[in-house]
Amino acid sequence: MNRLSWFNTVSLTLGFAFLYIPMVILIIFSFNESKLVTVWGGFSAKWYGELLQNESFLQAAWVTLKVAVLSSTLATVLGTMAAYVLVRGGRFLGRTLFSGMIYAPLVMPEVITGLSLLLLFIGIGLDRGVMTIVLAHTTFAMCYVSVVVSSRLITFDRSLEEAALDLGCSQAEAFRLVTLPIIAPAVISGWLLAFTLSLDDLVIASFTAGPSATTLPIKIFSAVRLGVSPEINALSTIMIGIVTVGVVTASLVTKRQMVRQRRDEQNAERS
Amino acid sequence: MMRRFVLIAIPYLWLLALFLVPFAIVFKIALSDAAIARPPYFPQFDWVEGIGAFLAELDFENFVWLTEDDLYWKAYLSSLRIAFISTFLTLLVGYPMAYGMARAPEEWRPTLMMLVILPFWTSFLIRVYAWMGILSNEGLLNQFLIWTGLIDSPLTILNTNTAVYIGIVYTYFPFMILPIYSALERLDGSLIEAAEDLGCSRLQAFWLVTIPLSRAGIIAGCFLVFIPTLGEFVIPSLLGGSDTLMIGKVLWEEFFSNRDWPVASAVAVVLLLLLIVPIVLFQRNQQKQQEAEQ
Repeated sequence: MNRLSWFNTVSLTLGFAFLYIPMVILIIFSFNESKLVTVWGGFSAKWYGELLQNESFLQAAWVTLKVAVLSSTLATVLGTMAAYVLVRGGRFLGRTLFSGMIYAPLVMPEVITGLSLLLLFIGIGLDRGVMTIVLAHTTFAMCYVSVVVSSRLITFDRSLEEAALDLGCSQAEAFRLVTLPIIAPAVISGWLLAFTLSLDDLVIASFTAGPSATTLPIKIFSAVRLGVSPEINALSTIMIGIVTVGVVTASLVTKRQMVRQRRDEQNAERS
Repeated sequence: MMRRFVLIAIPYLWLLALFLVPFAIVFKIALSDAAIARPPYFPQFDWVEGIGAFLAELDFENFVWLTEDDLYWKAYLSSLRIAFISTFLTLLVGYPMAYGMARAPEEWRPTLMMLVILPFWTSFLIRVYAWMGILSNEGLLNQFLIWTGLIDSPLTILNTNTAVYIGIVYTYFPFMILPIYSALERLDGSLIEAAEDLGCSRLQAFWLVTIPLSRAGIIAGCFLVFIPTLGEFVIPSLLGGSDTLMIGKVLWEEFFSNRDWPVASAVAVVLLLLLIVPIVLFQRNQQKQQEAEQ
């Protein structure tokens, strides 16, 4: 069974072609000389130059980055706390409600989340801007983080923590010295997930951003509504490039770590 | 003890304040009247007059309005139809691919997996945008079809429901592949061999053994596509035409163009009620699967 049958080869090839050809086309046409996005007019990088001179795009990119860093960091802290409470908190009043509130935002349509948060912000008279987007993104991203972290916490061998406590650690020390290093990969991938969710989000940001703050997706969306433009292709190419480098690096690093961990475990067993 | 209390209280209060309370506000405004004021609805909650007076002012007018105006019925029905059809199409595209991945040599699988997940990390908006250049009248697909001689004049695909289906299948099909793949990967190959030894043809073995054993993955994948598609906004507004009705788009327009907050809130409430059934079914499926594993 270790060789691919022709059927599987064909379906994999077609599947991956379907996944990647649109992106490849997008990237190729970002280097198009012509203003018409669908007609090839020769190679040129001029759209990248124009993009870099477009103040409003740069500003939107800066706002987006700020929001993403702030909200993903907050979401990681809150989400890790929530995961810890869910897995280790035992019974407490309103536990069902709590876990419901963790899972509900994952399936909630973005239009509803956005609308409800906007109505809240207006109701309490909070000025809309960077801060309100950060609050909104933190709220839905913390739920994703807590799902990722709690799945790691569940498989975690609790006796390690107990051993640390027996050996004289305080609860906080045990968490910092034993639990945190073990769940660290999950916490980091939770942060990355929160970060990309925030970078990506159009709908919730559109509702919660005031006129003073525009994020990159909002900017792209309003440009794209008018039709295809080579500048957006250039911008997309840059974003795809950053993500690809990020994801590939992250997966290589975790792979190396796993190899090292396995080696350490084997050494420990031998000695 | 104090520390445990704080640990529970912080995320709890955060979610109460920024998830549950906003939700209550949506329900409340859905029961209010539109008013030319800021904020544009009535009645507003007033602590002095108390809850009694406030409740007396509420009414279900907006929900009655939703049932009377054709637009909303059509939008709900057409969202359901689009979600059903695109889920089915995603399954048709996703299953063979998940199957191919699960049958690939073991050392390839992590790479194939990463190739499926990678587009998922890039912006949703960009992935939808990529199709705009391909599907338009002068787009690459039409250029290609004319070049091959299959058609003489360009097909109108962009701004139709067909484009919406393509967009949904494209952006959501990793969600379909992953659960099916993980079900197929665990599948014991000797079961299929046994079926073949006992006289099944390849196709019969596939139909009678592989499909039933990957059922949980198929169901999970379908829900993972169906649930977010129902409230989708970006895809119908970029790839769909003016006649593509989806409820997420209607809500958006009601809010941003018509500035009718009470009706937008009522649309949100009904959309949520619509989603409860598939979400509960999905939860059940997941639970059953977990129990089966234990």
